[in-house]
Amino acid sequence: MSAVADITSLEAQARRWRDDFPLLEQKVHGHDLAYLDSAATTQKPESVISVLGKYYREENANIHRGVYALSQKATHAYEQSRKKVADFIGAKSFKEVVFVRGTTEAINLVAQSFGRVFLKEGDEILVSAMEHHSNIVPWQLVTEQTGAVLRVIPMTENGDLDQDAYAKLLSAKTKLVALCHVSNAIGTVNPIKDMIAQAHAFDVPVLIDGAQGVPHTKIDVQDLDCDFYAFSGHKMYGPTGVGVLYAKEEYLERMSPYQGGGDMILSVTFEKTTYNEIPYKFEAGTPNISGVIGLGAAIDYVSQIGMDRIASYEASLMGLAVEKLRDVDGLRFIGEPKQRAGALSFILEGIHPHDLGTILDMEGVAIRTGHHCAQPVMTFFAIPASARASFGLYNNEADIDALVSGLAKAKEVFKR
Amino acid sequence: MNELQELYQQLILDHNANPRHYGRLAECTHSAEGHNPLCGDQIFLELKIEDSCVSQVAFSGEGCAICKASSSLMTERLAGKSVSECKELFTLFHALATGEEDAAQDSAALGKLVVFSGVREFPMRVKCATLCWHTLMAAFENKNEVAVTE
Repeated sequence: MSAVADITSLEAQARRWRDDFPLLEQKVHGHDLAYLDSAATTQKPESVISVLGKYYREENANIHRGVYALSQKATHAYEQSRKKVADFIGAKSFKEVVFVRGTTEAINLVAQSFGRVFLKEGDEILVSAMEHHSNIVPWQLVTEQTGAVLRVIPMTENGDLDQDAYAKLLSAKTKLVALCHVSNAIGTVNPIKDMIAQAHAFDVPVLIDGAQGVPHTKIDVQDLDCDFYAFSGHKMYGPTGVGVLYAKEEYLERMSPYQGGGDMILSVTFEKTTYNEIPYKFEAGTPNISGVIGLGAAIDYVSQIGMDRIASYEASLMGLAVEKLRDVDGLRFIGEPKQRAGALSFILEGIHPHDLGTILDMEGVAIRTGHHCAQPVMTFFAIPASARASFGLYNNEADIDALVSGLAKAKEVFKR
Repeated sequence: MNELQELYQQLILDHNANPRHYGRLAECTHSAEGHNPLCGDQIFLELKIEDSCVSQVAFSGEGCAICKASSSLMTERLAGKSVSECKELFTLFHALATGEEDAAQDSAALGKLVVFSGVREFPMRVKCATLCWHTLMAAFENKNEVAVTE
């Protein structure tokens, strides 16, 4: 079945999903909004938006401290979200779920708390050539502090990781592999299960940056056997300012706290402080309570649709987008990986991505242009910037058509 | 479409496709690099200043149509101007691009540069037009710092 035929049966469903997102009803510059920047942040369904309002109207109190009813209610809602996350990603226990501000903070937490305990001079950390800056810079900071060395798994011309090179880079010196599940810049889906198994053969733990993975595919951390998995709420239909670090209990127990403060302690004297149990040891200060509850609502939302259905719909949509964009004269894909999810990157001959972004915006099409916080990827492909279209469950064929006709408009503007 | 035509005027498209003074100078007295970290535009500007006047100027680098055309039109404008005249132009151009002063639009001193008055309608693009001018100011200082529009 071609992608086009395949998609029609799902199209009607997707139209109903789209109705759950009030923001998408608006017009931009007189056009229906074609929001194609979900890799930056997704729009939020009504159920998430209303849960945030409900929390502040009916449940707001600080958690883990008050004995009064309201505080218990807030604590319960907060901890329920932790259980939802644990179930959603297949964690063994809620203790393996640490709430953070987002993927960036989750990676910084591991870099610092793991680094302080496990890294010393001459140790090697492997990252890949297609990482977001947030999975590069935290490791550079930790190498400055510890004398460990950063090594890079190279990429092939089509935007897949070079698996032979990876196998050769792994050694007794390797102390951690940090790798994206899905590339935010070009959409490559990495064979992480296999890469994790290879690292484990050297007793090397693996951190997966799942910011672009969780929104598009079912995650089972036990099946993947990853040691750390980081993701953000706002890229999976939840609020901004909340994210998750999943980590195996054995690591969380041995890692040092990330930040000190309230809630992460059992007892404090000026002589000695006893840290709280995991995961609370890593959650200093009043957390983003409403955000965590909102994330729980986002998990309810996607679970009720089903991650498998979302993944299969988005795969059809991606196939359709690739098919239609391939027909656009002068368009070159940046990276044509074996498997792609969520995002695709391209350039249009003779028109800089920023000019494209402005012209598309005037047509109601929102795409991301620039280096996508992945400058090494741009350097690799020898381009200063690219245009990236990325999808969520609410996108449809009309959005892709709007993009394609926007590209024609851009050519028209530049041909005058 | 009107705002788009206002932004991408024929003169801008022409200078984007065929930038003037593009390349490097054999020798220069002043130079600077300009960088818009958010969008990745990057230009290098070289000047030869003799007797407080810009005798030669060249730019190179990568950027969008607005950035490139602005650099091209700026270099065209600078040749033969004194450093203090260039600084006055910077102030005028900045006012024009940001829309801070309507008067700038009517300024005879800006000449062809008024073609960039359209960018004020696109706040995210103002920096594309002003990057080369910030780089020019940095080149006058010759401090070897990367100029940014932030």
